[in-house]
Amino acid sequence: MTARPIAAVEFTAWRAGQRSAIAGLALLSVVCLLAVFGPAMAPGPWVISGDVLVPPSAAHPLGTDDLGRDVRTGILLGARVSLLIGVIAASLASTVGLAIGGIAGMRGGVVDEVLMRIAEVFQAMPRLFLILVVVTVYGSGLWLVAILVGATYWPSSARLVRSQVMMVRTADFVTAARALGCGSARVLLRHVLPSAVGPLAVHAAFQAGGAILVEAGRSFLGVGDSSMVSWGGMLSEAHHFMRDAWWIGVFPGLAITLTVLAWSLLADGLTPRRS
Amino acid sequence: MSERRRASLLRFATRRVLLLGPFASLLVVAAFTLIQLAPGDPILLLAGDGGTPAYYAELRAYYGLDRPLPVQLTRYAGALLRGDLGQSLTYQRPVAGVVLDRLPATLVLGFAALVVGVGAGLGLGLLAVQRPHGRMDGAIRLWTSIAYATPVFWLAQGLLLLFAVKLAWLPLGGMTSVRDTGTALGGVVDVLRHLLLPALALGLSLSAVTGRVARASLLDALQAPFVLAARARGASHTRVLLRHALPNAVIPVVTVVGHHAGSVLSGAALTEVVFAWPGLGKLLLDASLQRDVPLAMGVFLVGMVSVVVANVVVDITYHALDPRLELR
Repeated sequence: MTARPIAAVEFTAWRAGQRSAIAGLALLSVVCLLAVFGPAMAPGPWVISGDVLVPPSAAHPLGTDDLGRDVRTGILLGARVSLLIGVIAASLASTVGLAIGGIAGMRGGVVDEVLMRIAEVFQAMPRLFLILVVVTVYGSGLWLVAILVGATYWPSSARLVRSQVMMVRTADFVTAARALGCGSARVLLRHVLPSAVGPLAVHAAFQAGGAILVEAGRSFLGVGDSSMVSWGGMLSEAHHFMRDAWWIGVFPGLAITLTVLAWSLLADGLTPRRS
Repeated sequence: MSERRRASLLRFATRRVLLLGPFASLLVVAAFTLIQLAPGDPILLLAGDGGTPAYYAELRAYYGLDRPLPVQLTRYAGALLRGDLGQSLTYQRPVAGVVLDRLPATLVLGFAALVVGVGAGLGLGLLAVQRPHGRMDGAIRLWTSIAYATPVFWLAQGLLLLFAVKLAWLPLGGMTSVRDTGTALGGVVDVLRHLLLPALALGLSLSAVTGRVARASLLDALQAPFVLAARARGASHTRVLLRHALPNAVIPVVTVVGHHAGSVLSGAALTEVVFAWPGLGKLLLDASLQRDVPLAMGVFLVGMVSVVVANVVVDITYHALDPRLELR
């Protein structure tokens, strides 16, 4: 390693973090805009609107698929599914994680042990396997899948919250709050948990990206919510035509990658760096 | 290993293995509940809706569906313990046999991907720590972010298109060629040729995680006193990196992959579908699309058990290899 002044290294790391967060936010804003205004911007609904497998042209900037649907329309409409699944799953995981991690961390002992064992069961689930089994039995709604993803994501959130809680529960300000007569619920909610919210938010951003990948995966397998256009579903249909029509495979894949990348860059930029 | 350490490691391992008991019970109850809550009546599915109530009642009694739920649960758990996962509706064979036929393919793919993923991750880590927070480090950080964000099936499709369709260097899919390869060696080479692309796709997507962990553990190792000692003895930079830091980074990297066994299995399922690799993922998808509930449930249970066993094995190995860890 070449010697560089520590301050300079720290500054470089900090600047890299800033850039990462800004890039992530910028990309995410674009996806949000698409999710809100996509249907209005699209030239029409997700129906046959031209010849089949037309390469990108003026009429169809991203080409058409094997049924003659405009790929641009699909990209515009699919943003909604991706954003929804990411936000719902991550919020769900964070909420459950905050509650369970908070209780486990504050109580400790048997309660902690039991809750963490249950967390292990959920954490071990191969997500896609769980989704496929549940879809076999119950059918494939977007909400159902969002809940399933959230159900497999809460354990890591709970662990994070738990470790934060364990760190601060013996801090002076917590003792002071107790001394002032706060009940344990108030201590937990007003004094202990707020310190876990920052790291949890970063974690949730990572999870939102992960949830998008899971949803894309299950739509790719052909068990997606058939009432909504999704990028993963577009890739599933593209599979047999990629040789002749690169555009139906490339654009949805790019859309997924960029959206997930946006969440990761944001989370990455918000993570405090050590040098 | 000291006698005391050995004894406490044994205690640790026993505890981890014993904890599998409650875990398995929870899993069985969950699976049973999932089936019970399913909409639709299995008897109507079996006999159609033209039968008389007496006939339905007879069938219900025959399959034990008229018994109280706790009794049914006990019978279900007992059957699972005997390795009886029920009968597949589409294969008309016991689920356990169908699943066991497909398990090796997934294990082979998973292991090959593990080798690629750990190898690529360590390589990226070694490059990144040449100059922490330097240009190369930043580029690798971005690369791992992109690798994480890229859907594994999209990457797989790209590799397939390039190497199997356009260049035609490798087979399009499946695990073996239709034509006879003659010798046993020819057969192995044939499987390896089929394995290369799926393993590469899954391994590259794993390298997103392994690359970051490798970087962090290499950095940690490089700051350790033993590295300073090696430098003081005059070891070259390369030697310090490869002989002293690298061995310490391998364990955390393999461990993190073990703890991600569930994601590896999910990724394997997607990769299998793209390359028509005859593993569990493909089987589960087919079962799901055909509404073959017993088969889907069987694959799920076997998948869960594999993941948990992988976790326990990794945990115990990790603690056995690293004497600094406290055994609890």
